[in-house]
Parts: sequence; structure tokens; C-alpha cells
Amino acid sequence: MKKDIILAGVGGQGILTIAATIGLAAVSKGLYLKQAEVHGMSQRGGAVQSHLRLSSSPIHSDLIPRGKADMIIAVEPMESIRYIPMLSPDGWLITNNTPYVNIPGYPDMNALLPEIRSHHNHIIIDAEQTARDIGSKRSANMVTLGAALPFLEIEMKHLEDALRQLFGHKGEEMVQTNLKALEGGKKATREYQEG
Amino acid sequence: MQKLLLLGDEAIAQGAIDSGLSGIYAYPGTPSTEITEYVIRNKEAREKKIRASWSANEKTAMEAALGMSYAGKRAMVCMKHVGLNVAADAFLNSAITGANGGLIVVSADDPSMHSSQNEQDSRFYGQFAMIPVLEPSNQQEAYDMVRYGFEISEKYGTPVMMRITTRLAHSRSGIIRKEGVGQNSLKLPEDLTQYILLPSLARKRYQLLLENQGVFKKESGNSGYNRFFDGEDKKRGIITTGIAYNYLMENFPEGSLKNPVLKITQYPLPEKMVRKVYEACDEILVIEEGYPLVEDMLKGFLNTGKPVHGRMDGTLPRTGELTPDIVEKAVKEGPDDEQKVSDLVQVRPPKLCKGCSHMDSFRALNAALEEYSKGRVFSDIGCYTLSAMKPLESINSCVDMGASVTMAVGAADAGLVPAVAAIGDSTFTHSGMTGLLDAVISDSPITVLILDNSTTAMTGGQPSAALGKLEDICKGIGVKEEHIHVINPIPKEHDKNVKIIREELEHPGISVVIPRRECIQTLAKRMKAKRKVRQEKQS
Repeated sequence: MKKDIILAGVGGQGILTIAATIGLAAVSKGLYLKQAEVHGMSQRGGAVQSHLRLSSSPIHSDLIPRGKADMIIAVEPMESIRYIPMLSPDGWLITNNTPYVNIPGYPDMNALLPEIRSHHNHIIIDAEQTARDIGSKRSANMVTLGAALPFLEIEMKHLEDALRQLFGHKGEEMVQTNLKALEGGKKATREYQEG
Repeated sequence: MQKLLLLGDEAIAQGAIDSGLSGIYAYPGTPSTEITEYVIRNKEAREKKIRASWSANEKTAMEAALGMSYAGKRAMVCMKHVGLNVAADAFLNSAITGANGGLIVVSADDPSMHSSQNEQDSRFYGQFAMIPVLEPSNQQEAYDMVRYGFEISEKYGTPVMMRITTRLAHSRSGIIRKEGVGQNSLKLPEDLTQYILLPSLARKRYQLLLENQGVFKKESGNSGYNRFFDGEDKKRGIITTGIAYNYLMENFPEGSLKNPVLKITQYPLPEKMVRKVYEACDEILVIEEGYPLVEDMLKGFLNTGKPVHGRMDGTLPRTGELTPDIVEKAVKEGPDDEQKVSDLVQVRPPKLCKGCSHMDSFRALNAALEEYSKGRVFSDIGCYTLSAMKPLESINSCVDMGASVTMAVGAADAGLVPAVAAIGDSTFTHSGMTGLLDAVISDSPITVLILDNSTTAMTGGQPSAALGKLEDICKGIGVKEEHIHVINPIPKEHDKNVKIIREELEHPGISVVIPRRECIQTLAKRMKAKRKVRQEKQS
């Protein structure tokens, strides 16, 4: 098994939490893992990405080679297409549809969405809405991760294990909220694929 | 044993905790910050009473670590590459004094300048100091090499450098821990003159360092960290350093690489191993993360030997960090089928947070400077450097920690009056205070803005050594009390703040204006912690 994943978004949107969840779940599953993060200056409202590599055999590079990523998980639509050159032709592009506009010249959504849809394997969800529906509007990042789960090959029990390690000290309620967010994302993908 | 998921930085910290560390000293700097943060937060480290907190700057950190080593205990000092410039005096002289308790200097380089003003390669400092340098290729090696580094530091009585780069520092992987070892007990050096670098004594110590070079080289050849992998295709031999090895292997899955490879992770270069690959092959490709150090050594000034390829002849780019793709181009032939990024994608650079106090400070400064010609604001290293960009475009320099104050002095000496220095609170106590003393002594007509957000913000909100001390420091250095002002950088106070800055710009001597408002990130963190405590009390 090998999954090379690009996580994309804007500094502060919770990419590192997605990365940590998948990372801990992968360790729980007994996989090898490398996860390159962005710290420091670029975190301040700039474009951020994380390279996440899971494999059943040892991994050499911390960075994913261009054109080899199995999926892009993006919490922001413009950021989702920034990394398309990294994606393999049959890889999945999974993104939240809510733009984070903090720059002049942000592209028109009427141009952006068709660009995303032009990629053969794509999922577009409204993660903010789903997060609001479950009563935790700050969980859009976990909803987006949930949307990617059907393509991830990591069982729920490992993810639950990861969430417990990450949020357990904040109480069971926090763990359950995040589980709900993952389920909400999963459902959104199912609905998107059913049209 | 238990597998931990750790950043390269954290692997170094855990390695130190498990290897008898007694103290860690550092000033925060990307990408090195997480090493010390990990030790500060680690429960086991607290139980073991490992000394862990931030120093005023890299030089004081280096010296304190040297003192702990003098007293026989294992010490680590961590910094970013440019921090080593600040610590260089102590660092280079520590090679002459040698170490008693194990001493590891970690320098984290930032090729591609993700969060830095240059991409200098710390291995040159290691070579300059003539001490062993370790350059782990992955997180596990980083963990293991800390133990080994302490051991050889004590065995040969020398400080050891560990050099890492951003990608390893900030990438996570599973780490297998080793059985821990206890701390050293207090034990002074046998020769109590060892650390007195008076010329007559220093000459002897220097001689000893020179004599040790052969031993260090031998250690590099025998330690097992430098490895030679033979291959049948002798047309080209490949030498990699540090994490470059991973990018090479990424391109050759499951034994498909047919060339001999020498993987370097320890210096001085192991002469026999290098000679072996050089003599066996028709030409050499050197793949290294950083400057072309090994490549340049192999080529030599006259370049009369076999062809050596790498960053200097364009086989690899001259600047920037390596990637698997860049290395692929150097080792494989094939079409360049690079896909372009859509034109819809805009650059999204980092910027000051919404509601940041620096924005109000610079809006006031911009307004106060309106009546003067442009190009008068010397600034420094921190979040506020982002005020160089639109819409503020407030500053005209950012060079090194503390340079704002002293560059303003020099520019004022040249006739640029008024000149302004804009420096953060933590940067000021790091390296701005001595410059302010210069300004007081020459009574320079400069206005110093000490942007006090009460934290070291850029690196994630470490405590600032300046907290609660700024006015007293300025007074103590000799700035007149009537020319020290604390202002509140909020939109409502804008006009008042502009007036105060404007008046001080007109003052023909030194003045200090301190815009004081806590960083909104640390404020949010503090409020969250407070709420948590309150909730716990209620339940």
C-alpha cells in the first residue's frame, strides 16, 4: 500500500491537524510515514502545504515527487489547484468550496470551480456548511478530511485512535465532534458522487 | 520499543533527553525552534530536572552550554544557521577549549530561505572550527546521532556540530527509542587551565586540535554512519550528503540504481571512502543539500582531476533546497513533462495577522514620516518585517538581529536625519541594546521604535526576555526619560501616536517610542488557557 497526499490551505486553517490525524492513524495501522510540514513565516495567512506519505514499505524522500501524488486534500478551492502539477493523472482532487479571500485578485469562483471540475477525479464539498450542521463550525478541516476517507484506505478504528490521542485530553465530547465531522465529510462525498 | 511520531527537530530533542542531557540552551529561530520547545514541554525532561529555557541570544546560549560542558555535564545548544553567526565567537573558540561533558551544537540551515535572509551552510563553520560534524539523513538517524555525538564529544574532548536543514527539521516520521542513559555528575576538567585561552595556553590547545584532525577523520571512516554501496556501473560514482541520499533513492526503487554510491552523514570527510569511489569511477556526481562544499573540495581550485558534477557546473541548481524532482533531472534522462500551474492561482504571501498591533504602529509611523523624503526606516528580524509589503511598505532594511538601531546610527552620521529604527522587543534584548548604547554615546538624532508585543511572535510565541523591562533598560543605557514614550497602538489612539512620533522625529537626539500591545496570537492562547481554568473550576 502507498498513499502520497498533498494537504493544502491557508495558514491557520487547520492543515496540521489533518496531517496529525492521518499521521497518527497511519502509525496506529503500522504503516511507515513521512510528513513534511510548513512552520515559521509562511504560517501567517500565507499558502501552506504538507506532504504526507504513507506506505507499507520504508519511504525515502520527505517530499512527494511531482506528478506522483495520489490525492490533494484542500480546505480552500484556489489552494487545491495550486498543487495540481503534483497530482498523478488518476489522482483525486478533494476540496472544500469556501474561498478564503485575503489577497487582491482572488479568482472568480465561476472560473475556479470549472477548473477543479476539469480534473477527472474530483470531489467538491461545502465543508463549512457540514461543519455548521453538526454544530461545530471550526471543524471544516476535519469534514474535508472525512471527504477524503473513501480514497484513503485507513479504517475508522485507526482514525478514532488518532483523534483520541489528539483530542482525548480535551474530553470525550471533542473526540465525538471530530468523529462526527469525519462522518459528515464522508457522507458529503457520497452525495457528491451520486450527483 | 515504543514508536514515536516526531519531527526531525523533536527526534533530536528526544535523543538528547534519552542520552543523559543536563541542559539545553537556545534562542528561537526557524527551523530550529521545535528542538528546545520539545524539551521545555517534555514531562520526562522536567522529572529529570533537565535545564530547558530560552536564552537572550545564540551567543549567550552557546557560552552557557560551554559552561555546562566545562562542569562535566552533557549540554546542547540549538540555533538557526544565521544564529550561528551571532554565536560564532564562542563557537570557534570552543573548538580550542574543547569540551569536558559532551557538547553538541545544533545548527538548522534553511536552504531556499523559507524563513530566513540567506541560505548559508553551517558545514563551513564546522570545517572552519575543525570539529566533527554530523548531518543525519533522516529522523531516526538524527535521534541516534545525538547519542553518538555526545559519546565522541567526550571521547575526543571536542564540541560536535549537528547540521540539519528545514526539510528534516520539519518533517515527521516514526522513531524507535533507545534505552535511556543517566546524566553525568559534576566533574571539572582535569586540567583547570584548559579553558583559559591566553595566547601561550591557546597555542597548545590549538596544536591539540590540529593533531586531532586525523582521529576525527578516522572516526568518520569507522563510525558506520558514512556508508559505501557498490554498483556495477562505474561510469559515474555518486556522493550524497545528508538528506540528499533520500532524494536519490526515491528515484531508484528496489535496487535499480547501478552506480556506486557514497552516503556522507559525518565529517571531516572520510578520506579512504572518498578515494575509493573517486578511483573506481570515471566521473563523480555530488548531490548535497546546501552549498557545494564537498563538490568544491573534490574539484579543487585547479580542477585538474576527473569530471566532478553538481551544483557548480549546473547539473544541479546552484541555489535552493533539493527535491526528488531536481535530483531526478541530474540522474535520469527523459522528457521534461512538467505540468504548469493554472493561471487562476494567485500568490498568497504571508502577512501580518488581522488586528496585529504592528499594523497600527506602522500606520502611525507612516503618517508621522509623511513630511519627510522616503527611505528612512531601518528595521529588523520579526513579524514586523512583513510591514515591508503592501499596503504598509513602511521599512527599508532587514539585515540581521539588531541591525536596525546601528544602521540608523550610521545613516544619521551620514546626514540622513531623522533616521528611524523599528525593532521588536525580543530582537531588542537579543542584539539591539548594545546598538542603543552606541546611539546614546554619540547622541544620534535617531528615533527607535521598540515594537513591544510582549512575545517572540514569529517563531510561535516564546516568552520575550524584554517583558516588563524595556523602559528600565532604555533608561539604564542612558536614554533621557522625557524622550522615552510608551504608546498604545490601537486605531483610536492613531492621531495621538502620530503626534508623539512626529515630535520625537524632530528631537535632535536619541528618542525611544515603545508601541505596546500584546500579540493577538499569544493573547488568544492566553485567554483560551484562562477559560479552560475557569471551566475546570466550575465543574
